[in-house]
Amino acid sequence: MKFLALVDCDNFYASCERVFRPDLKKVPIVVLSNNDGCVIARSKEAKAMGIKMGVPWFKVKKAYLTQGGKVFSSNFALYGDLSKRVMNILDGMVKKMEIYSIDEAFLDLQHIQNKNQAYEFGIYCRNTIRQWVGIPVRIGIAPTKTLTKVASHVAKHANGGMGVCCLNNQKDIAHILKTLPIREIWGIGNNLSRQLNQMGIYSAYELMQTDIRLIRKKFSVVLERTVRELRGESCIQIEDHADPKKQIVVSRSFRGKIENLEVLKPLISNFAVRAAEKLRHEKQKCSQVSVFISTSRFNKRPQHRGFSSFQFPYPMDDTRSILMGSKKILAKIFKEGYPYSKAGILLSHFSHPTFIQQSLFQSKDQQSLKQNTNLMEAIDALNSNQTQIYYAAQHPAGLSPIQKSMVSPKYTTNWWELPTTK
Amino acid sequence: MTVNYLGLISANDLPASFTKFFVEPVSVGFPSPANDYLESPIDLNKYLIKNGAATFLVRVSGDSMLNANIADQAILIVDRSLKPKHGSIVVASLDGDFVCKRLQLKPRLCLLPENPKYEPIYIQHGQDLDIMGTVTAAINKFE
Repeated sequence: MKFLALVDCDNFYASCERVFRPDLKKVPIVVLSNNDGCVIARSKEAKAMGIKMGVPWFKVKKAYLTQGGKVFSSNFALYGDLSKRVMNILDGMVKKMEIYSIDEAFLDLQHIQNKNQAYEFGIYCRNTIRQWVGIPVRIGIAPTKTLTKVASHVAKHANGGMGVCCLNNQKDIAHILKTLPIREIWGIGNNLSRQLNQMGIYSAYELMQTDIRLIRKKFSVVLERTVRELRGESCIQIEDHADPKKQIVVSRSFRGKIENLEVLKPLISNFAVRAAEKLRHEKQKCSQVSVFISTSRFNKRPQHRGFSSFQFPYPMDDTRSILMGSKKILAKIFKEGYPYSKAGILLSHFSHPTFIQQSLFQSKDQQSLKQNTNLMEAIDALNSNQTQIYYAAQHPAGLSPIQKSMVSPKYTTNWWELPTTK
Repeated sequence: MTVNYLGLISANDLPASFTKFFVEPVSVGFPSPANDYLESPIDLNKYLIKNGAATFLVRVSGDSMLNANIADQAILIVDRSLKPKHGSIVVASLDGDFVCKRLQLKPRLCLLPENPKYEPIYIQHGQDLDIMGTVTAAINKFE
């Protein structure tokens, strides 16, 4: 039998904030999104206080703080460094692993023969990460990726457990799946779960029992794979090479409301410039740029959301083209008289620069394409140092600095912010 | 005092302002006879850090460990993967604050300063003590 594991850090961002703050061991912690907009992570204690995931900070702020909760702006320098440490430790324990997100990894436990060994490994792994980095993790072990997610879910919710759950026989699996609503299954979103509910399928067990042919006919091979995985048949492999990014998003909430197109334009241009830099950093080219603008959901005035895309005739990574595209979209989606509070840009439809098919009607010859690439490289190199080169369309202040009033020190990545002894 | 010659610093370690860019092709002469003997430059990280994933840097504030050659503002290399022993220098959190002291396990659990100006800290019942990790080195900078 095959053993796979999912290692998942508990309340990762909140746990990171605790590593260098022993005084906050039992204090409720929440972490806010960029610009301190919403709650994006909660410690166990904050969850117990009823703070919901994604709730706007201003709605819970007063009650939360008066009850003694502690709040942090997000500190991705710290989270990124601690994540890398956790992943390095895991990488040293197994031959094959897949980093699934900043706080999750799948492991292939090729060396594990039976359930006892699986448990032992899980406990060893959990203790090591706890001791070496200071981050609590839970571990779900099962024969398929989809079932490791279920096992991790059990490890999280089972009280008094060791944070390790191993599901490897049909009886245990069936027992758990009967209590698991389908929307908790990996890869099943709200839409799909509603459709399945309409067919009378509510629990993961009912889905597992459904005829594979029916699933394939009515839905897709993706859902078929999920059903097979619930039955213990491994269909989704562990990918040990990271997938290149499929899209790049740069977005911000504004401090004030913006009702004027001329004020919005240079801000969108800043997003475009930043997104294009990221694109070149990823060594990708995109064929589509999209812009979105929206008013605040919590606003009593009329609401508007605008979203539209612009296709390029061929994949490109030139900031000037992305600026041009984003300007056209903005002019199309902007509506006079709405107080916009959020906007962003999305680059998508990537292809790798070395495999670019030249368009038949592309007027630019190879030489000028090469020159453009050199120009962009030169600007990126200059901007990565102290110098700043601006495009005329940009707002002179650059990308509006992310508002982070309550950010913790970069304990592990900055000489001047190291933890200090008393 | 004997002085041992350890090696050269590599050009990569110099600040960017020292680095020169050769835009024109550079004329080449006879290849350096040292080419076959090139070794990677001395790396302080390798010398000071055994287990990178478990090692953290901590800045010292105060002179309570002066006699263990840990001055005020020294940088401590703290390895969380080493099990602290009787006599290890450790960084511990005591009632929510980080302290650097020598760990005494017997006859009584105690955190010892290395400076007669300070008193040993005997851990009382109900006090919250967590050892964060073992101090494997301290860097004192003079200039």
